[in-house]
Amino acid sequence: MACVAGLLGLAVLALVLSGAKRATAIIYSATLAICVVALFGSASFPIGGKVDASSVILPIGLPWLGAHFRLDALASFFLVVVNLGGASASLYGLGYGHHEEAPQRVLPFFPAFLAGMNLVVLADDAFSYLLCWEFMSLASWALVMAHHREAGNAKAGYIYLVMASFGTLALLLAFGLLAGPAGDYDFAAVRAAQHTPYVAALVLILMLLGAGSKAGLVPLHVWLPLAHPAAPSHVSALMSGVMTKVAIYGFIRVVFDLLGQPAWPASAVVLSLGGITAVMGILYAMMEKDLKRLLAYSTIENVGIIFASLGLALAFQANGLKLLAALAFTAALFHVLNHSFFKSLLFFGAGAALTATGERDMEKLGGLIHRMPFTSFAVLVGCVAISALPPFNGFVSEWLIFQAVLQSPELPQWGLKIMVPAVGALLALAAALAAACFVKAYGVAFLGRPRSGAAETAGEVDRYSRAAMFFLAALCLLAGILPGLVIDTLSPIAVEILGGAMPIQANEAWLSIVPIAEGRSSYNGLLVMVFITISASLAVYFIHRFASRALRRGPAWGCGFSDAVPAAQYSGGSFAQPIRRVFGTLLFGARDRVDMPAPGDVRPARLRIELHDLIWEGMYQPIAVAVGFSSERLNRLQFLTIRRYLSLVFATLVALLLVLAIWS
Amino acid sequence: MVLISDILVQGVQMLLVLLLAPLLTGFVRKVKARLVRRQGASVFQPYRDLLRLLRKEVVLADNASWLFRVTPYITFAAIWVAAALVPTFATGLMFNWTADLIAIVALLGSARFFLALAGMDVGTSFGGIGSSREVMIAALSEPAMLLIVFCMALVAGSTQLSTVANFMASSYVGLRVSLGMAVIALIMVALAENARIPVDNPATHLELTMVHEAMVLEYSGRHLAMIEFGAFLKLLLYISLIACVFLPWKIAVFGTGPLAYAIGAGAYVVKLAVAGFSLALFETATAKMRVFRVPQFLGAALMLGLLGTLLLFVSRSF
Repeated sequence: MACVAGLLGLAVLALVLSGAKRATAIIYSATLAICVVALFGSASFPIGGKVDASSVILPIGLPWLGAHFRLDALASFFLVVVNLGGASASLYGLGYGHHEEAPQRVLPFFPAFLAGMNLVVLADDAFSYLLCWEFMSLASWALVMAHHREAGNAKAGYIYLVMASFGTLALLLAFGLLAGPAGDYDFAAVRAAQHTPYVAALVLILMLLGAGSKAGLVPLHVWLPLAHPAAPSHVSALMSGVMTKVAIYGFIRVVFDLLGQPAWPASAVVLSLGGITAVMGILYAMMEKDLKRLLAYSTIENVGIIFASLGLALAFQANGLKLLAALAFTAALFHVLNHSFFKSLLFFGAGAALTATGERDMEKLGGLIHRMPFTSFAVLVGCVAISALPPFNGFVSEWLIFQAVLQSPELPQWGLKIMVPAVGALLALAAALAAACFVKAYGVAFLGRPRSGAAETAGEVDRYSRAAMFFLAALCLLAGILPGLVIDTLSPIAVEILGGAMPIQANEAWLSIVPIAEGRSSYNGLLVMVFITISASLAVYFIHRFASRALRRGPAWGCGFSDAVPAAQYSGGSFAQPIRRVFGTLLFGARDRVDMPAPGDVRPARLRIELHDLIWEGMYQPIAVAVGFSSERLNRLQFLTIRRYLSLVFATLVALLLVLAIWS
Repeated sequence: MVLISDILVQGVQMLLVLLLAPLLTGFVRKVKARLVRRQGASVFQPYRDLLRLLRKEVVLADNASWLFRVTPYITFAAIWVAAALVPTFATGLMFNWTADLIAIVALLGSARFFLALAGMDVGTSFGGIGSSREVMIAALSEPAMLLIVFCMALVAGSTQLSTVANFMASSYVGLRVSLGMAVIALIMVALAENARIPVDNPATHLELTMVHEAMVLEYSGRHLAMIEFGAFLKLLLYISLIACVFLPWKIAVFGTGPLAYAIGAGAYVVKLAVAGFSLALFETATAKMRVFRVPQFLGAALMLGLLGTLLLFVSRSF
C-alpha cells in the first residue's frame, strides 16, 4: 500500500518537476525502486507460504462502505506481474525517456498508471475496483495521447476512450447484478451470496464484454492495435504486457472467485471466444507491417490463448474435475506471466528500433542485426519465446494447455468433448501462425539488407534499454528451463480459487514437469536445453576439428540476376502472401490486383493488395453510422421554441404517469 | 550398472540414428532411380556427399550475419535431439521422458524457425520465397499433427512415445478405423514436413517450384552439410515415429536384454527399408502439386485427424 501511495506521490511530484532538467531520470529511478520494493513485497507472499489473506479498510470512498483492499494469493501473483513489468519498463524508460520530446506529457501519468494497475489488483469492493479501473484507463489514455500530434493518434485515443467507457459500463452492470438488491458491494459479501443461474449467466456475459474489451477479445479488440502502439514504447509494453493481464485478473476474480462455479455452457462460450480470438489476432498480426501494431495484434492472440485455457478450467471445474481444472488454470496463469515477459521485451525491442531509425514500418527497416547486435539478440530470444518453441517459456505454457486439452475425454458433455479438440486445433494453428508471424517480423526488420537510409545508419541503443531487454530475455529462458518452480509457486492460487492444485513438481527427478502422471506426459526444459547445447557443441567441435575451416565472403547468389536495390528483397507483404491467400481471402476479403502494362508500355507494373477488416466494416461502422444518424435527428431538439419544449415536458410527464399507472 | 546400460542404450540410439539417416536417404534415391530405369548412385552416396561438403570451403554472402552461421548447428542439434527421443529399436530409453510427442514436434518447429530466419538473412528473393512457403506449410501441418496426437493419446492414454509404443505393441489394441485414419493423416503430414513429393520436391533445382531447397540456397560447404544431415535425420525421425506408434512390431521393451535389443534393431532396419521403398514408390507414382493446392492436401490430413478423434468418441471399439 505504501508503494502505491509512493507512486501516486510520484505522479504529483512529476507534475511539479516537469520543468526540471533531470526529471526523467529522477522519476524513472524512483518508479523502478518502488516497483522493486512492491515486487518483493508481493512475491514474498506466495513464496513465503502464507495462506491467509491480509486486508485493510481505508475510510475513503463511499461513506458506508469505505475502501476495502485485500492481498491474497491471486492478487499477489498479479501484483508480481504488474510490478515486474513496471520495474523493467522503468529501467527501459531511464534510457528511452530521454528521447521524449515532451516528457511532461508522459512523466506524471507513468507512475499514476502503475499505481492504478496495482490498486485494481488490490481492490476488494466493487466501488473501489471500478474507481481504480477508471483511474487506470484514464492514466493510460493520457499516455496514449502523449504524442497527440502524430497522425492517427487522436483517433486512437478517441476509440480507446469510447471502448473503455463501454467496458466500464459493462463492469458497472456486472457488479450491480452481483451486489443484488441489497447493494452489498464488498467482495466478501458478494462471494458469500448465492447467485441464481440467470444472474450468473448475465454477469459472465457482462464480464466478457467489460474485461474482454480491455483485454482485447475479438470482436471487442478494435481499440487495442490502435491505442497500444500510439503510446511511447515502454508504455506500450506496459499496456500490452500488463494492462491486458489486469483485465484478465478482473475476469478471474469475478467469474472464478466471486461467482462461484458457473454451469458448463459458460465454459463453451469462453473456450470458443478464446480460440477464435487467438487465430484472428495472429492473422491480423500476419497482415500488419507496422512493427508495434503487429505486436499489439499478437497480444490479442495471446489473450485468446489465455481465455481458451480459462475456459477449459471452467469446463473441468463445472464437472468437479479439480485436478484438471487446476492444470488448465495454472497453464493460463503461466501464460499470463510468460506473455508479460516476452511482450514487454518485444515492445522494448520495437522501441529500440524506433529510436535508432525513427521508423515503425518494417518495410523501411532491415539489416539491424549488423548495427544493433545486442538488441537483435534480445529480440530474437523474445521471438523464439513467443513462437512457443522449446526450450523457452512460451512453449511450456502452451504445452500445459495442450495437456489440458488432451484431457477433454474426461468431460461428460458431448458438446464440450467435441469442441475442446477443435479449439485445441485452433490453438495449434495460432501457435504455428505465431511462429510464421515472428519469422516475418524478425526477418524483415532485423535481417536482410537495410531498406532505408535510416536503417543503414542505425546505432545500438543506450545501456539502460539493453539492460531491461536482457533482463527480460533471461527471465524468458529461466521460466522455460525451470518450469517446475513456476508451477509450484502458482499452486497456492489454484488451491485458493479452485480448491485443487497440480501435483508438486519439485519432487520430480531432474526438475522435469509432470502434469498428471509420468506415464502420460512429461517435459523437461532443462534437459532439452542441455541436450541441444551438448549436441550443437559436439557438432561444432567435430566440424572444426575434422572439416575444412576455410571461409570466403562473396556476393549473394541471385541465380543470374542480382538486383542491387534493397527494395527488391522479400518484404513483409510478400512474406505474408501465401498465408494471405490461404486464410485472408475469406477472413479479410483479401485481393491482389496486378496492373500489368501492355508490351512496349514503359509504365511500371503495379501490385495492389486490398485488405478489409471485416469486423470493423461489418460491426463498428454500422454502429457509428447509426449513432451519427440518430444524433443528427436528435439535434433538431436543440432548436425548438419554448412552447414546444413545454409541451414535450408535459407529454413526457403524462407518459411516465401512464407507465406508472399500468405498472402498478 | 542399470544406469550404465541405460546410458549405453541411449548412446547407441543417438549414434544409430546418425549412422542410418544418410543410408535411408541413399536407399530412397536408389529405389527411385531404379523405378525409372536409371542405374542411380550408390546407396552410400549421401555419406560421400556429406564428406565432400565438409571438405569444401564455405562461401558466405557479404551481408550474412552471425545468425546465418550458427543456424546450421542449432538446426542440426534440435533435429538430432528430437530424433534421439523417438523410440527406434527399444522403448523406455533413458531420456524418453524428457519430451513427449508434442515437445518433439515443437523441437522440429524450433529447427524450422531458425532455418526460415536464415533464409531471410541474406536478403535475396529466393531465401524469402522459400521461408514464406515453408512457414505456410508448417502453419497448416501443425494443427493436423495435434489432432493426430490427440487421436493417438485417446487410444493409448498418453503422449509419451515409449508408453504409446508399449501400449500399441500389446496384444489388445487390434485394428481400429480411427487409427487407420490417424496413420494416413500422419503420413500426409510427414510428407509435407519432409519436403517430399507431392508437397515439395527434394531433387528440384528450378527455383520457383522449390520450397525447402530455395530457403537453404545460400548455404555451402560445412554449413550445407549440417543442413542436409538435418534433413536426412528428419526423414528418419518421421519414419521411426510412424513405425513406433503404428507398427511397433518386435520393438524391444525396456530391460529385456541384449538379444531383444538386437532383434529390435533388426526389425527396425527392416521397417526403415519397407518405409523407404514405399516412399520411393509413392514419389515416383505422383506428381508435385501446385503450392496453393497444399492447403487442401493438409486440410484433408486435418479432417482425417478430426474424424478419427470423433469416431473414437462415438464408439470405443472403432
